[in-house]
Amino acid sequence: MTDPATQEGPVGASHRGEALAIEFRHVTKRYPGQDAPAIDDLSLTVPPGETCCLVGPSGGGKTTAMKLVNRLIEPTSGDILIGGRSVLTYDVTTLRRDIGYVIQQVGLFPHMTIGANIGTIPRLLGWDKERIAERTGRLLDLVRLDRSYAKRYPAQLSGGQQQRIGLARALAADPPVMLMDEPFGALDPITRAEIQDEFLSLENEIRKTVIFVTHDIDEAIKMGDKIAVLRPGGRLAQYGSADELLGDPVDDFVADFVGADRGLKRLSLRSVGELADPGREAPPGAPSVSAGTSLRVGLSVLLAANAEVLEVTKEGRPAGAVTLAEIREAAGS
Amino acid sequence: MSLRLQGPVIPDFGNTSGCKANETFCWDWFADHWDRFAAELVQHVYVSAIAIVIGLVIALPAALVAYRLPRFETPAVVFSTILYTIPVLGFFLLMIPVTGIGLFTIEIALVGYTLLLLFRNTLTGLRSVPPEVRAAALGMGLTPGQILVRITFPLALPAVMAGLRVVTVTTISLATLAAYIAPYGLGQSILFYIGNTFISGLISAGVLAILLALVADALIVGLTRLVTPWARARRGGA
Repeated sequence: MTDPATQEGPVGASHRGEALAIEFRHVTKRYPGQDAPAIDDLSLTVPPGETCCLVGPSGGGKTTAMKLVNRLIEPTSGDILIGGRSVLTYDVTTLRRDIGYVIQQVGLFPHMTIGANIGTIPRLLGWDKERIAERTGRLLDLVRLDRSYAKRYPAQLSGGQQQRIGLARALAADPPVMLMDEPFGALDPITRAEIQDEFLSLENEIRKTVIFVTHDIDEAIKMGDKIAVLRPGGRLAQYGSADELLGDPVDDFVADFVGADRGLKRLSLRSVGELADPGREAPPGAPSVSAGTSLRVGLSVLLAANAEVLEVTKEGRPAGAVTLAEIREAAGS
Repeated sequence: MSLRLQGPVIPDFGNTSGCKANETFCWDWFADHWDRFAAELVQHVYVSAIAIVIGLVIALPAALVAYRLPRFETPAVVFSTILYTIPVLGFFLLMIPVTGIGLFTIEIALVGYTLLLLFRNTLTGLRSVPPEVRAAALGMGLTPGQILVRITFPLALPAVMAGLRVVTVTTISLATLAAYIAPYGLGQSILFYIGNTFISGLISAGVLAILLALVADALIVGLTRLVTPWARARRGGA
């Protein structure tokens, strides 16, 4: 508390807007009176600007791991570093104000307008009114809600709109790190897909290091640059890209968790354009898809046409071909 | 004032020349005696207001303590329930040997009746804050003090105001009985005129007490809307 750097928070004003790495170093969390640890020797690094999805069955400690970062839960041993500095060395309040926090139930303050909700942390940080209003407006633009929403109350918004505001509120002070605890889990499938897509495009603009907790492997594949699979007892089963997890699960637990259709899931990660050999010409009558189509859809087209070779087109002109055998290989490990 | 209670055996109804014998309510008489009712009305307001303010000053912190230390709740509820259950006149009489005849005794009794409702409603309000709201506030970096002041208190307000509303109306009506102890409020005229066939005096005091309760109730409803604009905001509304 006496250290002036502590008052600044992990990033301080100068680092605002810059993404920072999050590193777990041999983190263990034991609750008193429980034999099994909730988190067992967890080590992993999320590189700056990447999204790490924590997945696993209930009791795997996903949420516990996430809450260790903003010290809603304190580790029993080990350390967590943000941008190379231990979170344990900061004042808890300043640490949390530098970390965006989004939860499934949103938790908007029902007695405050949307504008006041978004402006909560900037107000506590002492920003002046104009700056807060300006920031609130820009955040509403970012989450694709009309600026007039600033004057409404949370009860006047739909679930999807509320979670958009939850996102905007978490982004308000431009934190380098975001923690998201099943943020879209309570939304209906259509709204969820919509807001997932929006968050993905928004991430390109804002570049945050994100820890994203979900129990839904499909969501993790869609949202995560990296996926960490936790097994019951809080041990890390596997950490890697979606492609690595789907193509090369380390054991039956991970293979089960990513699903028996992991081959197909893996195909949906890549487009036919990536696999197509531009020099090859498809035989006449071969089914044709555009280069941006996923391999999964390409496979489906091939199967439906009962063909062996798929023609790939770019802007309507032939740009090579993909064979059934190549797709099969791409799906396998 | 106290002289009036010990007034003549045949009450002095003042100048009633404009009134007919069996008239239910004589406006002329009321106009003649307005000064007296106005004075009693003002007394009635402050006798009630003092009790309500002291009630708030005791019940709000007590509810806050019970919110933080749940084991304090049961003793507080038992205590305030006992106060609430004692018949009001009995309470007044019980207190006379302790606190004497005067405003102090009246206020102790009236305050005693406000505590249960104010305490219970405030505690309910404090506990009504959704857990996810608290979780979000904590995770975002609000300190426990900021959560209390910025989140918990404002969200408890509708319940506190609902309690205040009932307590205000109750206190105003109970305060009419205060005149049994000491000459304060509209109860004086009610006691003075209650046994007489000329009922304009009784009606004047009674109706004024009722009007006072209604006006106070409306003021609190207005105040509630003013301090909790969000409580009426619903989807589709503005």
